[in-house]
Amino acid sequence: MALDWQVFCQDTIDKTVVKGCFGTGGATGTQTYLDWLLQAWGQTIIVAGLSLIVALVVGAIIGTIRTLPDNPWLARIGNWWVELFRNIPLLVQIFLWYHVVPVLIPAFAKTPKLALVVFGLGLFTSARVAEQLRAGIQALPRGQRYAGMALGFTTLQYYRYVLLPMAFRIIIPPLTSEAMNIFKNSSVAFAVSITELTFFAQQAGEETARGIEIYMAVTVLYVISAFAINRIMAFIEKRSRVPGLVASTGGGGH
Amino acid sequence: MKKKHLLAFAVAAAAATGAFAQANDTIAKVKAGGKVVMGTRESSAPLAYTLGNNQFVGYHVELCQRILKSIFPGVPVEYVAVTSANRIPLVQNGTVDIECGSTTNNEARQKDVAFGLTTYVTEVRTAVKVGSPVKSVADLNGKTVATTTGTTSVALLRKNKRAQGITFNEVYGKDHADSFLLLESGRADAFVMDDNILAGLIAGSSNPKGFKIVGETLNVEPIAVMIRKDDPKFKAAVDDYIRKAFKDGEIKLLYKKWFLDPIPPKNVAVNLPMGSVLTELSKNPNDKPAEAFNK
Repeated sequence: MALDWQVFCQDTIDKTVVKGCFGTGGATGTQTYLDWLLQAWGQTIIVAGLSLIVALVVGAIIGTIRTLPDNPWLARIGNWWVELFRNIPLLVQIFLWYHVVPVLIPAFAKTPKLALVVFGLGLFTSARVAEQLRAGIQALPRGQRYAGMALGFTTLQYYRYVLLPMAFRIIIPPLTSEAMNIFKNSSVAFAVSITELTFFAQQAGEETARGIEIYMAVTVLYVISAFAINRIMAFIEKRSRVPGLVASTGGGGH
Repeated sequence: MKKKHLLAFAVAAAAATGAFAQANDTIAKVKAGGKVVMGTRESSAPLAYTLGNNQFVGYHVELCQRILKSIFPGVPVEYVAVTSANRIPLVQNGTVDIECGSTTNNEARQKDVAFGLTTYVTEVRTAVKVGSPVKSVADLNGKTVATTTGTTSVALLRKNKRAQGITFNEVYGKDHADSFLLLESGRADAFVMDDNILAGLIAGSSNPKGFKIVGETLNVEPIAVMIRKDDPKFKAAVDDYIRKAFKDGEIKLLYKKWFLDPIPPKNVAVNLPMGSVLTELSKNPNDKPAEAFNK
């Protein structure tokens, strides 16, 4: 079967090949499948990027409170949070946010659907980040905490200056996985009518009968997005490395 | 019962010893094989669906049963459930002699198979809640419109949007049930889709009286029974029966039975009166592909 890449230069309404592959855009202008593909990629990046911010912020808070000493209730809330969000399939969570939450909590009825998806994907991932951060903090020798206390730091201070900087360094590799996963998981957003890459693949595939070319292009864009995040995280990992501190230096200790 | 089977078998055996069926002569093949195989769908209500237990019913199923009874009196019918993906190969390779489901007759498919005269026309229309001010596509200006990802309706909406210079928001369900939920929950003001799908979803909803189908027809797709290509004798026999059935009102009765009266298993009526295109066609039936309807 011959591949026909010209499909991306076609106008999305009358299917004629547009010169230069880009339409004139605008509300009444023409649009090619390439325009649409790039727009869909933008949606994927927006959903994934915002969800990643939510996941890191909420995950950091929940992961931290699960390790607080003398605060069994906060730790319990953290545990519930993690179990709640990681025991429900992602697709179901997205539907819950989109269809159920606005009915139960009317304040959410006017929230843009993009925000609902970002909450859904972000909180789902926050449970995973929280679990990793907890493991990172607990992997530190107990002496670190005691040393912080011995210096007269308050709990907030020794978390801020001693435990968290080290725990975050330890968990950068699994966090890289999560950050890449968020790009791939953002494909569920098509189920609640976010016009991202998976939506584009399904719709343009049906319209053009060129599903193979469309899916190949979409796959490449997912790979590029996820790999870009991978490189960014690798850069952060390299720049934040403290010699002799973290296993990745080959020293194998803290 | 047993005697009848024996008899059929004897007739079949006798026929088989005669001229063996040519590749594309369905009538000879059925006479030789002593059975006719009907391909049908499991969940294309009310056109063709199953009640379980290898029992198939629906508008197209019953129409085909009548066609086959008149062409092959006394020959038992065997049912094979087909899917969107395998229906054309199964007709081509002879597994299925006639397919009676919900297959659109279009130019691409006419290269592989033949179609009987159009017996059902699905029209793309708009479903809204009762009491909605939306009565036509022009009324969608400023509204939110739902449709299903991966359907022709999405492109259709886009086309109308540009042609009529109206602006509306689109929301997409990942399947028809999701799209209907968008309408039901108020996230969308209208749902644009094939009328029989809309009618089926409304009939199956928690409040069938709360929705109605309105507005002009945005697109037309002729649906017909599918048979092997290059079998003029069988096609003529099928078409003759359909032409006669249109003429003497038999199709009208069948249509009423499956589209207007309560149907099993839930005993709910789909409640979809015959569309304008099919009514027109019944006076002068044809087997033109979808492309001819949407010029």
